[in-house]
Amino acid sequence: MTQQEVLQEYLLRLADSDMILGQRLSELTGKAPAVEEELAVMNVALDLVGQARNWYEYAAELINDGRDADKLVFLRDAHEYRNLLMVEQPNDDYAVTMARQFFFDVWHYFTLKSLVNASDERVATIAAKAVKEATYHLRRSSEWVKRMGDGTEESHRRIQDAFNLLWRFTGELITPDEVDHAMFKAGIGPDPEQIKQDWFGMVREVAAQATLTVGEEDAWMYMGGKRGEHTEHLGHILAVMQFLPRAYPDATTW
Amino acid sequence: MYAQMVETGTKRLKTLEEMSPEERDFQEKVDAETKIEAKNWMPDGYRKTLIRQISQHAHSEIVGMLPEGNWVTRAPTLKRKLQLMAKIQDEAGHGLYLYSAMETLGADRDEEIQKLHDGKAKYSSIFNYPTLNWADMGAVGWLVDGAAIVNQVVLQRTSYGPYSRAMVRICKEESFHQRQGYQILLDMMREGTQEQKDMVQDAINRLWWPALMMFGPHDDESPNSQQSMVWKIKRKSNDELRQMFIDQTIPQLEFLGCTVPDPDLKWNEERGHYDFGDINWKEFYDVLKGNGPCNRERIATRKKAIDDGAWVREAAVAYAAKQKQRADKAA
Repeated sequence: MTQQEVLQEYLLRLADSDMILGQRLSELTGKAPAVEEELAVMNVALDLVGQARNWYEYAAELINDGRDADKLVFLRDAHEYRNLLMVEQPNDDYAVTMARQFFFDVWHYFTLKSLVNASDERVATIAAKAVKEATYHLRRSSEWVKRMGDGTEESHRRIQDAFNLLWRFTGELITPDEVDHAMFKAGIGPDPEQIKQDWFGMVREVAAQATLTVGEEDAWMYMGGKRGEHTEHLGHILAVMQFLPRAYPDATTW
Repeated sequence: MYAQMVETGTKRLKTLEEMSPEERDFQEKVDAETKIEAKNWMPDGYRKTLIRQISQHAHSEIVGMLPEGNWVTRAPTLKRKLQLMAKIQDEAGHGLYLYSAMETLGADRDEEIQKLHDGKAKYSSIFNYPTLNWADMGAVGWLVDGAAIVNQVVLQRTSYGPYSRAMVRICKEESFHQRQGYQILLDMMREGTQEQKDMVQDAINRLWWPALMMFGPHDDESPNSQQSMVWKIKRKSNDELRQMFIDQTIPQLEFLGCTVPDPDLKWNEERGHYDFGDINWKEFYDVLKGNGPCNRERIATRKKAIDDGAWVREAAVAYAAKQKQRADKAA
Protein backbone atom coordinates (compact mmCIF):
# COMPACT_ATOMS: atom_id res chain seq x y z
CA MET A 1 0.00 0.00 0.00
CA THR A 2 1.13 3.51 -0.75
CA GLN A 3 1.21 6.06 2.01
CA GLN A 4 -2.03 7.56 0.68
CA GLU A 5 -3.77 4.20 0.50
CA VAL A 6 -2.85 3.59 4.11
CA LEU A 7 -4.34 6.92 5.09
CA GLN A 8 -7.52 6.17 3.13
CA GLU A 9 -7.82 2.87 4.92
CA TYR A 10 -7.26 4.53 8.28
CA LEU A 11 -9.83 7.25 7.58
CA LEU A 12 -12.42 4.65 6.63
CA ARG A 13 -11.82 2.86 9.92
CA LEU A 14 -12.45 6.02 11.89
CA ALA A 15 -15.46 6.92 9.76
CA ASP A 16 -17.05 3.48 9.76
CA SER A 17 -16.76 3.00 13.52
CA ASP A 18 -18.39 6.39 14.12
CA MET A 19 -21.09 5.68 11.57
CA ILE A 20 -22.04 2.22 12.76
CA LEU A 21 -22.14 3.22 16.42
CA GLY A 22 -24.24 6.27 15.50
CA GLN A 23 -26.57 3.96 13.59
CA ARG A 24 -26.87 1.57 16.54
CA LEU A 25 -27.65 4.43 18.92
CA SER A 26 -30.31 5.84 16.61
CA GLU A 27 -32.10 2.49 16.86
CA LEU A 28 -32.87 3.51 20.44
CA THR A 29 -35.12 6.41 19.41
CA GLY A 30 -38.08 6.44 21.78
CA LYS A 31 -36.73 3.44 23.65
CA ALA A 32 -34.24 4.93 26.12
CA PRO A 33 -34.82 4.45 29.88
CA ALA A 34 -35.68 8.12 30.54
CA VAL A 35 -36.45 11.26 28.55
CA GLU A 36 -33.08 12.71 29.61
CA GLU A 37 -31.40 9.66 28.08
CA GLU A 38 -33.35 10.08 24.82
CA LEU A 39 -31.69 13.44 24.56
CA ALA A 40 -28.23 12.22 25.55
CA VAL A 41 -28.26 9.13 23.30
CA MET A 42 -29.32 11.14 20.28
CA ASN A 43 -26.76 13.80 21.10
CA VAL A 44 -23.94 11.25 21.07
CA ALA A 45 -25.31 9.62 17.91
CA LEU A 46 -25.45 12.99 16.17
CA ASP A 47 -21.87 13.77 17.13
CA LEU A 48 -20.70 10.42 15.82
CA VAL A 49 -22.49 10.60 12.48
CA GLY A 50 -21.28 14.19 12.11
CA GLN A 51 -17.70 13.09 12.73
CA ALA A 52 -18.15 10.18 10.34
CA ARG A 53 -19.22 12.61 7.64
CA ASN A 54 -16.03 14.65 8.11
CA TRP A 55 -13.83 11.58 7.87
CA TYR A 56 -15.76 10.23 4.85
CA GLU A 57 -15.48 13.51 3.01
CA TYR A 58 -11.72 13.53 3.41
CA ALA A 59 -11.50 9.85 2.48
CA ALA A 60 -13.62 10.44 -0.63
CA GLU A 61 -11.34 13.25 -1.77
CA LEU A 62 -8.29 11.02 -1.44
CA ILE A 63 -9.92 7.98 -3.03
CA ASN A 64 -11.02 10.29 -5.84
CA ASP A 65 -12.94 7.72 -7.89
CA GLY A 66 -16.17 9.69 -8.16
CA ARG A 67 -17.68 8.39 -4.92
CA ASP A 68 -18.74 10.99 -2.38
CA ALA A 69 -19.31 10.51 1.36
CA ASP A 70 -22.86 9.24 0.81
CA LYS A 71 -21.74 6.62 -1.69
CA LEU A 72 -19.12 5.39 0.77
CA VAL A 73 -21.79 5.00 3.43
CA PHE A 74 -24.66 3.65 1.41
CA LEU A 75 -23.05 1.62 -1.37
CA ARG A 76 -20.29 -0.40 0.25
CA ASP A 77 -21.02 -3.94 1.37
CA ALA A 78 -20.08 -5.41 4.76
CA HIS A 79 -16.68 -6.75 3.70
CA GLU A 80 -15.71 -3.23 2.64
CA TYR A 81 -16.60 -1.75 6.00
CA ARG A 82 -13.65 -1.19 8.33
CA ASN A 83 -15.37 -0.52 11.65
CA LEU A 84 -14.45 -2.17 14.94
CA LEU A 85 -16.53 -5.23 15.78
CA MET A 86 -17.42 -3.63 19.12
CA VAL A 87 -19.63 -0.94 17.59
CA GLU A 88 -21.76 -3.32 15.53
CA GLN A 89 -22.83 -5.35 18.57
CA PRO A 90 -26.57 -5.06 19.33
CA ASN A 91 -27.95 -2.61 21.89
CA ASP A 92 -29.29 -5.41 24.07
CA ASP A 93 -30.06 -4.00 27.56
CA TYR A 94 -28.86 -0.55 28.60
CA ALA A 95 -25.87 -2.06 30.40
CA VAL A 96 -24.59 -3.56 27.15
CA THR A 97 -25.32 -0.31 25.32
CA MET A 98 -23.34 1.60 27.95
CA ALA A 99 -20.45 -0.87 28.29
CA ARG A 100 -20.04 -0.82 24.50
CA GLN A 101 -20.06 2.96 24.58
CA PHE A 102 -17.56 3.13 27.42
CA PHE A 103 -15.02 0.73 25.88
CA PHE A 104 -15.31 2.60 22.61
CA ASP A 105 -15.22 6.07 24.16
CA VAL A 106 -11.97 5.38 26.02
CA TRP A 107 -10.32 4.25 22.79
CA HIS A 108 -11.93 7.06 20.80
CA TYR A 109 -10.93 9.78 23.25
CA PHE A 110 -7.25 8.83 23.43
CA THR A 111 -7.08 8.25 19.68
CA LEU A 112 -8.59 11.63 18.84
CA LYS A 113 -6.48 13.35 21.47
CA SER A 114 -3.41 12.05 19.68
CA LEU A 115 -4.78 12.81 16.20
CA VAL A 116 -5.07 16.48 17.15
CA ASN A 117 -1.27 16.55 16.70
CA ALA A 118 -1.26 14.65 13.41
CA SER A 119 1.17 15.85 10.77
CA ASP A 120 -1.73 15.77 8.32
CA GLU A 121 -3.46 19.10 8.80
CA ARG A 122 -6.91 17.95 7.73
CA VAL A 123 -6.82 15.04 10.16
CA ALA A 124 -5.70 17.35 12.96
CA THR A 125 -8.53 19.80 12.23
CA ILE A 126 -11.25 17.15 12.20
CA ALA A 127 -9.84 15.56 15.36
CA ALA A 128 -9.68 18.90 17.19
CA LYS A 129 -13.43 19.32 16.89
CA ALA A 130 -14.19 15.65 17.49
CA VAL A 131 -12.12 15.33 20.64
CA LYS A 132 -14.28 17.91 22.41
CA GLU A 133 -17.33 15.80 21.71
CA ALA A 134 -15.55 12.57 22.63
CA THR A 135 -14.51 14.09 25.96
CA TYR A 136 -18.16 14.57 26.83
CA HIS A 137 -19.06 11.08 25.55
CA LEU A 138 -16.41 9.51 27.76
CA ARG A 139 -17.43 11.50 30.81
CA ARG A 140 -21.02 10.41 30.30
CA SER A 141 -20.36 6.71 29.70
CA SER A 142 -17.87 6.57 32.62
CA GLU A 143 -20.48 8.09 34.91
CA TRP A 144 -23.06 5.55 33.82
CA VAL A 145 -20.67 2.64 34.28
CA LYS A 146 -20.08 3.86 37.83
CA ARG A 147 -23.77 4.39 38.51
CA MET A 148 -24.59 0.91 37.28
CA GLY A 149 -21.61 -0.80 38.88
CA ASP A 150 -22.05 0.88 42.24
CA GLY A 151 -25.83 1.30 42.05
CA THR A 152 -28.15 -1.59 42.90
CA GLU A 153 -27.50 -5.32 42.97
CA GLU A 154 -29.34 -5.74 39.70
CA SER A 155 -27.50 -2.94 37.93
CA HIS A 156 -24.17 -4.28 39.18
CA ARG A 157 -24.96 -7.74 37.85
CA ARG A 158 -26.10 -6.36 34.50
CA ILE A 159 -23.10 -4.12 33.87
CA GLN A 160 -20.68 -6.84 35.01
CA ASP A 161 -22.38 -9.27 32.59
CA ALA A 162 -22.06 -6.64 29.86
CA PHE A 163 -18.35 -6.17 30.59
CA ASN A 164 -17.87 -9.94 30.40
CA LEU A 165 -19.92 -10.22 27.20
CA LEU A 166 -18.09 -7.48 25.34
CA TRP A 167 -14.58 -8.05 26.66
CA ARG A 168 -13.68 -10.25 23.69
CA PHE A 169 -14.17 -7.26 21.37
CA THR A 170 -11.82 -4.94 23.28
CA GLY A 171 -8.64 -6.51 21.89
CA GLU A 172 -9.32 -5.06 18.48
CA LEU A 173 -9.32 -1.52 19.90
CA ILE A 174 -5.77 -1.79 21.14
CA THR A 175 -4.09 -4.38 18.94
CA PRO A 176 -2.27 -2.58 16.13
CA ASP A 177 -1.90 -3.99 12.63
CA GLU A 178 0.29 -2.80 9.74
CA VAL A 179 -2.01 0.18 9.02
CA ASP A 180 -1.83 1.40 12.62
CA HIS A 181 1.95 1.01 12.64
CA ALA A 182 2.31 2.81 9.31
CA MET A 183 0.11 5.66 10.43
CA PHE A 184 2.16 6.08 13.59
CA LYS A 185 5.37 6.06 11.59
CA ALA A 186 3.95 8.70 9.25
CA GLY A 187 3.33 11.01 12.20
CA ILE A 188 -0.45 10.81 11.83
CA GLY A 189 -1.79 7.96 13.96
CA PRO A 190 -1.23 7.51 17.70
CA ASP A 191 1.52 5.42 19.24
CA PRO A 192 -0.15 1.99 19.49
CA GLU A 193 1.72 1.14 22.68
CA GLN A 194 0.59 4.40 24.28
CA ILE A 195 -3.05 3.85 23.29
CA LYS A 196 -2.97 0.42 24.85
CA GLN A 197 -1.54 1.75 28.12
CA ASP A 198 -3.95 4.67 28.25
CA TRP A 199 -6.91 2.46 27.42
CA PHE A 200 -6.14 -0.07 30.14
CA GLY A 201 -5.32 2.66 32.62
CA MET A 202 -8.64 4.41 32.17
CA VAL A 203 -10.75 1.25 31.93
CA ARG A 204 -9.22 -0.20 35.09
CA GLU A 205 -9.59 3.06 36.99
CA VAL A 206 -13.28 3.48 36.13
CA ALA A 207 -13.97 -0.23 36.67
CA ALA A 208 -12.41 -0.03 40.14
CA GLN A 209 -14.57 2.95 41.05
CA ALA A 210 -17.56 1.07 39.69
CA THR A 211 -16.63 -2.05 41.75
CA LEU A 212 -16.39 -4.07 38.53
CA THR A 213 -13.82 -6.56 37.38
CA VAL A 214 -12.35 -6.48 33.91
CA GLY A 215 -11.13 -9.39 31.80
CA GLU A 216 -7.56 -10.51 31.30
CA GLU A 217 -5.28 -8.73 28.88
CA ASP A 218 -4.38 -12.03 27.27
CA ALA A 219 -7.95 -13.31 27.00
CA TRP A 220 -9.05 -14.64 23.62
CA MET A 221 -10.06 -11.74 21.40
CA TYR A 222 -12.47 -11.62 18.46
CA MET A 223 -10.96 -9.38 15.79
CA GLY A 224 -11.33 -8.77 12.07
CA GLY A 225 -13.42 -5.64 11.63
CA LYS A 226 -10.47 -3.53 10.57
CA ARG A 227 -9.83 -5.85 7.63
CA GLY A 228 -13.50 -6.29 6.72
CA GLU A 229 -14.30 -9.57 8.47
CA HIS A 230 -17.30 -8.78 10.61
CA THR A 231 -19.77 -10.41 12.93
CA GLU A 232 -23.12 -11.42 11.47
CA HIS A 233 -24.68 -8.22 12.76
CA LEU A 234 -23.12 -5.81 10.28
CA GLY A 235 -24.92 -7.21 7.24
CA HIS A 236 -28.26 -6.57 8.93
CA ILE A 237 -27.28 -3.07 9.99
CA LEU A 238 -26.36 -2.26 6.39
CA ALA A 239 -29.52 -3.89 5.01
CA VAL A 240 -31.54 -1.37 7.01
CA MET A 241 -29.25 1.62 6.64
CA GLN A 242 -28.68 1.26 2.89
CA PHE A 243 -32.22 0.27 1.96
CA LEU A 244 -33.31 3.42 0.11
CA PRO A 245 -30.23 4.11 -2.04
CA ARG A 246 -30.09 0.41 -2.93
CA ALA A 247 -33.81 0.07 -3.67
CA TYR A 248 -33.88 3.26 -5.76
CA PRO A 249 -30.55 3.32 -7.57
CA ASP A 250 -31.84 5.83 -10.13
CA ALA A 251 -32.57 8.44 -7.47
CA THR A 252 -29.84 11.08 -7.50
CA THR A 253 -31.33 13.34 -4.84
CA TRP A 254 -33.26 12.76 -1.62
CA MET B 1 -51.79 20.91 17.74
CA TYR B 2 -50.50 18.43 20.21
CA ALA B 3 -53.36 18.64 22.71
CA GLN B 4 -56.87 17.67 21.72
CA MET B 5 -60.14 17.78 23.63
CA VAL B 6 -58.67 18.72 26.96
CA GLU B 7 -61.22 18.15 29.72
CA THR B 8 -61.84 21.28 31.81
CA GLY B 9 -64.27 19.83 34.34
CA THR B 10 -66.77 22.63 33.83
CA LYS B 11 -70.33 22.24 32.63
CA ARG B 12 -71.05 25.92 32.15
CA LEU B 13 -69.19 29.18 32.53
CA LYS B 14 -69.44 31.20 35.71
CA THR B 15 -70.28 34.88 35.56
CA LEU B 16 -68.04 37.32 37.42
CA GLU B 17 -70.83 37.74 40.03
CA GLU B 18 -70.88 34.02 40.74
CA MET B 19 -67.14 33.88 41.35
CA SER B 20 -65.41 34.01 44.72
CA PRO B 21 -63.21 37.08 45.28
CA GLU B 22 -60.13 35.01 44.48
CA GLU B 23 -61.64 33.67 41.28
CA ARG B 24 -62.72 37.14 40.24
CA ASP B 25 -59.25 38.52 40.90
CA PHE B 26 -57.76 35.69 38.86
CA GLN B 27 -60.17 36.18 35.95
CA GLU B 28 -59.52 39.92 35.89
CA LYS B 29 -55.81 39.28 35.68
CA VAL B 30 -56.35 36.87 32.79
CA ASP B 31 -58.63 39.38 31.07
CA ALA B 32 -55.96 42.05 31.47
CA GLU B 33 -53.42 39.70 29.77
CA THR B 34 -51.28 39.46 32.92
CA LYS B 35 -49.51 36.09 32.92
CA ILE B 36 -50.38 33.67 35.68
CA GLU B 37 -47.27 32.30 37.37
CA ALA B 38 -46.71 29.10 39.34
CA LYS B 39 -47.03 30.75 42.75
CA ASN B 40 -50.18 32.73 41.95
CA TRP B 41 -53.58 31.57 43.14
CA MET B 42 -55.53 29.80 40.41
CA PRO B 43 -58.83 27.91 40.27
CA ASP B 44 -58.50 24.19 40.68
CA GLY B 45 -60.06 23.60 37.27
CA TYR B 46 -57.55 25.90 35.62
CA ARG B 47 -54.67 24.04 37.23
CA LYS B 48 -56.05 20.62 36.28
CA THR B 49 -56.85 21.69 32.73
CA LEU B 50 -53.35 23.01 32.25
CA ILE B 51 -51.78 19.86 33.67
CA ARG B 52 -53.85 17.80 31.25
CA GLN B 53 -53.02 20.02 28.29
CA ILE B 54 -49.30 20.39 28.97
CA SER B 55 -48.86 16.70 29.77
CA GLN B 56 -50.69 15.78 26.54
CA HIS B 57 -48.40 18.11 24.72
CA ALA B 58 -45.30 16.60 26.37
CA HIS B 59 -46.51 13.03 25.74
CA SER B 60 -47.06 13.97 22.09
CA GLU B 61 -43.47 15.14 21.74
CA ILE B 62 -42.19 11.85 23.14
CA VAL B 63 -44.61 9.49 21.35
CA GLY B 64 -44.02 11.56 18.23
CA MET B 65 -40.42 10.42 18.18
CA LEU B 66 -41.54 6.87 17.37
CA PRO B 67 -42.85 7.38 13.82
CA GLU B 68 -39.57 9.16 13.08
CA GLY B 69 -37.54 6.47 14.80
CA ASN B 70 -39.13 4.17 12.24
CA TRP B 71 -37.12 5.95 9.51
CA VAL B 72 -34.09 7.46 11.19
CA THR B 73 -32.18 4.20 10.70
CA ARG B 74 -33.12 4.26 7.00
CA ALA B 75 -32.54 7.91 6.14
CA PRO B 76 -31.12 7.92 2.60
CA THR B 77 -28.22 10.39 2.92
CA LEU B 78 -25.91 11.61 5.67
CA LYS B 79 -27.49 15.06 5.50
CA ARG B 80 -31.03 13.73 5.90
CA LYS B 81 -29.97 11.38 8.67
CA LEU B 82 -28.31 14.18 10.62
CA GLN B 83 -31.32 16.44 10.15
CA LEU B 84 -33.74 13.79 11.35
CA MET B 85 -31.56 12.93 14.33
CA ALA B 86 -31.39 16.60 15.29
CA LYS B 87 -35.17 16.89 14.96
CA ILE B 88 -35.71 13.87 17.20
CA GLN B 89 -33.29 15.31 19.72
CA ASP B 90 -35.18 18.61 19.69
CA GLU B 91 -38.41 16.73 20.35
CA ALA B 92 -36.94 14.94 23.35
CA GLY B 93 -35.86 18.38 24.56
CA HIS B 94 -39.37 19.79 24.04
CA GLY B 95 -40.81 16.87 25.98
CA LEU B 96 -38.44 17.50 28.86
CA TYR B 97 -39.12 21.22 28.80
CA LEU B 98 -42.89 20.72 28.78
CA TYR B 99 -42.80 18.17 31.60
CA SER B 100 -40.89 20.77 33.62
CA ALA B 101 -43.52 23.41 32.83
CA MET B 102 -46.16 20.91 33.92
CA GLU B 103 -44.33 20.23 37.19
CA THR B 104 -44.53 23.93 38.11
CA LEU B 105 -48.24 23.20 38.59
CA GLY B 106 -47.54 20.57 41.21
CA ALA B 107 -47.95 17.57 38.89
CA ASP B 108 -45.49 14.67 38.93
CA ARG B 109 -43.86 13.57 35.70
CA ASP B 110 -43.77 9.88 36.56
CA GLU B 111 -47.44 9.87 37.55
CA GLU B 112 -48.47 11.58 34.35
CA ILE B 113 -46.42 9.14 32.27
CA GLN B 114 -48.05 6.28 34.15
CA LYS B 115 -51.47 7.69 33.16
CA LEU B 116 -50.33 7.68 29.53
CA HIS B 117 -49.27 4.04 29.77
CA ASP B 118 -52.53 3.10 31.48
CA GLY B 119 -54.49 4.66 28.63
CA LYS B 120 -55.82 7.42 30.90
CA ALA B 121 -53.91 10.28 29.29
CA LYS B 122 -53.91 11.19 25.63
CA TYR B 123 -51.41 12.36 23.08
CA SER B 124 -52.01 13.77 19.64
CA SER B 125 -54.02 11.40 17.43
CA ILE B 126 -51.65 11.98 14.52
CA PHE B 127 -48.91 9.79 15.99
CA ASN B 128 -51.16 6.76 15.77
CA TYR B 129 -50.71 6.72 12.03
CA PRO B 130 -47.86 4.72 10.53
CA THR B 131 -44.97 6.21 8.56
CA LEU B 132 -44.85 4.02 5.47
CA ASN B 133 -42.36 5.59 3.13
CA TRP B 134 -39.44 8.01 3.31
CA ALA B 135 -41.53 10.95 2.09
CA ASP B 136 -43.51 10.63 5.33
CA MET B 137 -40.50 12.21 7.05
CA GLY B 138 -41.00 15.23 4.84
CA ALA B 139 -44.78 15.22 5.12
CA VAL B 140 -44.70 14.85 8.91
CA GLY B 141 -42.36 17.82 9.16
CA TRP B 142 -44.39 19.94 6.78
CA LEU B 143 -47.97 19.00 7.76
CA VAL B 144 -47.74 17.76 11.34
CA ASP B 145 -45.20 20.26 12.59
CA GLY B 146 -46.98 22.83 10.44
CA ALA B 147 -50.30 22.14 12.15
CA ALA B 148 -48.56 22.18 15.53
CA ILE B 149 -47.02 25.57 14.79
CA VAL B 150 -50.36 27.15 13.85
CA ASN B 151 -51.59 26.17 17.28
CA GLN B 152 -48.43 26.93 19.18
CA VAL B 153 -47.85 30.36 17.72
CA VAL B 154 -51.17 31.28 19.29
CA LEU B 155 -50.25 29.47 22.51
CA GLN B 156 -47.29 31.80 22.93
CA ARG B 157 -49.96 34.15 24.31
CA THR B 158 -51.52 31.53 26.58
CA SER B 159 -52.31 32.82 30.07
CA TYR B 160 -49.98 30.54 32.04
CA GLY B 161 -46.46 32.04 32.06
CA PRO B 162 -44.28 28.89 32.07
CA TYR B 163 -46.34 27.31 29.26
CA SER B 164 -46.27 30.49 27.22
CA ARG B 165 -42.49 30.78 27.53
CA ALA B 166 -42.02 27.12 26.61
CA MET B 167 -44.05 27.78 23.46
CA VAL B 168 -41.86 30.69 22.41
CA ARG B 169 -38.80 28.50 22.46
CA ILE B 170 -40.46 25.45 20.93
CA CYS B 171 -42.00 27.44 18.06
CA LYS B 172 -38.60 28.52 16.80
CA GLU B 173 -37.40 24.94 16.51
CA GLU B 174 -40.67 23.68 15.06
CA SER B 175 -40.53 26.26 12.27
CA PHE B 176 -37.09 25.01 11.40
CA HIS B 177 -38.38 21.42 11.30
CA GLN B 178 -41.28 22.43 9.12
CA ARG B 179 -39.05 24.08 6.54
CA GLN B 180 -36.76 21.05 6.51
CA GLY B 181 -39.73 18.74 6.03
CA TYR B 182 -41.02 20.80 3.15
CA GLN B 183 -37.56 20.83 1.58
CA ILE B 184 -37.45 17.02 1.62
CA LEU B 185 -40.67 16.97 -0.40
CA LEU B 186 -39.66 19.81 -2.69
CA ASP B 187 -36.32 18.23 -3.58
CA MET B 188 -38.01 14.96 -4.47
CA MET B 189 -40.72 16.69 -6.53
CA ARG B 190 -38.20 18.81 -8.40
CA GLU B 191 -35.32 16.45 -8.96
CA GLY B 192 -36.64 13.05 -8.01
CA THR B 193 -37.60 10.06 -10.10
CA GLN B 194 -41.24 9.20 -10.76
CA GLU B 195 -41.04 6.68 -7.91
CA GLN B 196 -39.94 9.41 -5.51
CA LYS B 197 -42.69 11.75 -6.68
CA ASP B 198 -45.20 8.98 -6.10
CA MET B 199 -43.86 8.58 -2.57
CA VAL B 200 -44.51 12.26 -1.89
CA GLN B 201 -48.07 12.16 -3.17
CA ASP B 202 -48.74 8.94 -1.28
CA ALA B 203 -47.47 10.46 1.97
CA ILE B 204 -49.69 13.54 1.52
CA ASN B 205 -52.70 11.38 0.67
CA ARG B 206 -52.33 9.42 3.90
CA LEU B 207 -51.44 12.28 6.22
CA TRP B 208 -53.70 15.10 4.99
CA TRP B 209 -56.90 14.22 6.81
CA PRO B 210 -55.17 13.06 10.02
CA ALA B 211 -53.31 16.41 10.02
CA LEU B 212 -56.63 18.29 9.84
CA MET B 213 -57.96 16.17 12.69
CA MET B 214 -55.10 17.39 14.88
CA PHE B 215 -57.09 20.57 15.54
CA GLY B 216 -59.83 18.59 17.28
CA PRO B 217 -63.61 18.53 16.84
CA HIS B 218 -65.79 21.35 15.52
CA ASP B 219 -66.27 24.22 17.93
CA ASP B 220 -69.91 23.34 18.63
CA GLU B 221 -68.86 19.83 19.63
CA SER B 222 -66.04 20.96 21.80
CA PRO B 223 -67.68 21.77 25.16
CA ASN B 224 -64.38 22.24 26.97
CA SER B 225 -63.07 24.82 24.52
CA GLN B 226 -65.28 27.60 25.87
CA GLN B 227 -63.91 27.38 29.39
CA SER B 228 -60.36 27.14 28.06
CA MET B 229 -60.95 30.26 25.97
CA VAL B 230 -62.24 32.23 28.96
CA TRP B 231 -59.17 31.17 30.93
CA LYS B 232 -57.12 32.09 27.87
CA ILE B 233 -55.41 28.70 27.95
CA LYS B 234 -56.76 28.43 24.41
CA ARG B 235 -56.72 31.58 22.35
CA LYS B 236 -58.41 30.53 19.12
CA SER B 237 -61.06 27.92 18.40
CA ASN B 238 -60.39 24.56 16.74
CA ASP B 239 -62.19 25.57 13.55
CA GLU B 240 -60.39 28.91 13.32
CA LEU B 241 -57.01 27.22 13.68
CA ARG B 242 -57.87 24.52 11.16
CA GLN B 243 -58.90 27.14 8.63
CA MET B 244 -55.69 29.09 9.19
CA PHE B 245 -53.68 25.94 8.61
CA ILE B 246 -55.49 25.04 5.39
CA ASP B 247 -55.24 28.58 4.05
CA GLN B 248 -51.51 28.72 4.55
CA THR B 249 -50.82 25.15 3.43
CA ILE B 250 -52.66 24.94 0.10
CA PRO B 251 -50.41 27.44 -1.73
CA GLN B 252 -47.41 25.42 -0.52
CA LEU B 253 -49.10 22.25 -1.77
CA GLU B 254 -49.63 23.81 -5.18
CA PHE B 255 -46.02 24.95 -5.29
CA LEU B 256 -45.02 21.31 -4.74
CA GLY B 257 -47.23 20.28 -7.62
CA CYS B 258 -49.20 17.87 -5.42
CA THR B 259 -52.84 17.45 -4.51
CA VAL B 260 -54.82 16.60 -1.39
CA PRO B 261 -57.45 13.84 -1.35
CA ASP B 262 -60.39 16.26 -0.98
CA PRO B 263 -62.59 16.88 -4.04
CA ASP B 264 -64.40 19.68 -2.17
CA LEU B 265 -61.31 21.76 -1.60
CA LYS B 266 -61.58 25.09 -3.42
CA TRP B 267 -60.91 28.77 -2.88
CA ASN B 268 -63.97 30.70 -1.73
CA GLU B 269 -63.59 34.27 -2.92
CA GLU B 270 -66.46 35.51 -0.78
CA ARG B 271 -65.14 34.07 2.48
CA GLY B 272 -61.52 34.73 1.61
CA HIS B 273 -60.76 31.19 2.72
CA TYR B 274 -60.52 27.71 1.25
CA ASP B 275 -63.63 25.56 1.55
CA PHE B 276 -62.95 21.93 2.32
CA GLY B 277 -64.81 18.64 2.66
CA ASP B 278 -66.15 16.89 5.74
CA ILE B 279 -63.70 15.32 8.11
CA ASN B 280 -64.36 11.68 8.96
CA TRP B 281 -65.14 12.24 12.63
CA LYS B 282 -65.84 8.60 13.25
CA GLU B 283 -62.23 7.86 12.39
CA PHE B 284 -61.09 10.68 14.68
CA TYR B 285 -63.05 9.35 17.67
CA ASP B 286 -61.99 5.78 16.90
CA VAL B 287 -58.34 6.82 17.00
CA LEU B 288 -58.87 8.73 20.25
CA LYS B 289 -60.48 5.65 21.76
CA GLY B 290 -57.41 3.60 20.93
CA ASN B 291 -58.49 2.17 17.60
CA GLY B 292 -56.04 3.84 15.26
CA PRO B 293 -53.53 1.89 13.18
CA CYS B 294 -50.66 2.20 15.67
CA ASN B 295 -52.17 3.08 19.07
CA ARG B 296 -51.29 -0.23 20.63
CA GLU B 297 -47.75 -0.31 19.27
CA ARG B 298 -46.98 3.25 20.29
CA ILE B 299 -48.05 2.78 23.89
CA ALA B 300 -46.49 -0.69 24.10
CA THR B 301 -43.16 0.72 22.90
CA ARG B 302 -43.22 3.60 25.36
CA LYS B 303 -44.28 1.37 28.23
CA LYS B 304 -41.54 -1.13 27.44
CA ALA B 305 -38.92 1.64 27.32
CA ILE B 306 -39.90 2.93 30.75
CA ASP B 307 -40.42 -0.54 32.28
CA ASP B 308 -37.15 -1.93 30.89
CA GLY B 309 -35.39 1.22 32.04
CA ALA B 310 -36.61 0.98 35.64
CA TRP B 311 -33.42 -0.70 36.85
CA VAL B 312 -31.32 2.00 35.14
CA ARG B 313 -33.16 4.80 36.90
CA GLU B 314 -33.03 2.90 40.20
CA ALA B 315 -29.27 2.47 39.79
CA ALA B 316 -28.83 6.21 39.29
CA VAL B 317 -30.84 6.96 42.43
CA ALA B 318 -28.99 4.35 44.52
CA TYR B 319 -25.60 5.59 43.31
CA ALA B 320 -26.48 9.22 44.06
CA ALA B 321 -27.58 8.21 47.57
CA LYS B 322 -24.31 6.35 48.16
CA GLN B 323 -22.28 9.28 46.88
CA LYS B 324 -24.14 11.63 49.19
CA GLN B 325 -23.59 9.32 52.13
CA ARG B 326 -19.86 9.21 51.37
CA ALA B 327 -19.66 12.97 51.06
CA ASP B 328 -21.52 13.42 54.37
CA LYS B 329 -19.16 11.01 56.07
CA ALA B 330 -16.11 12.78 54.69
CA ALA B 331 -17.42 16.18 55.82
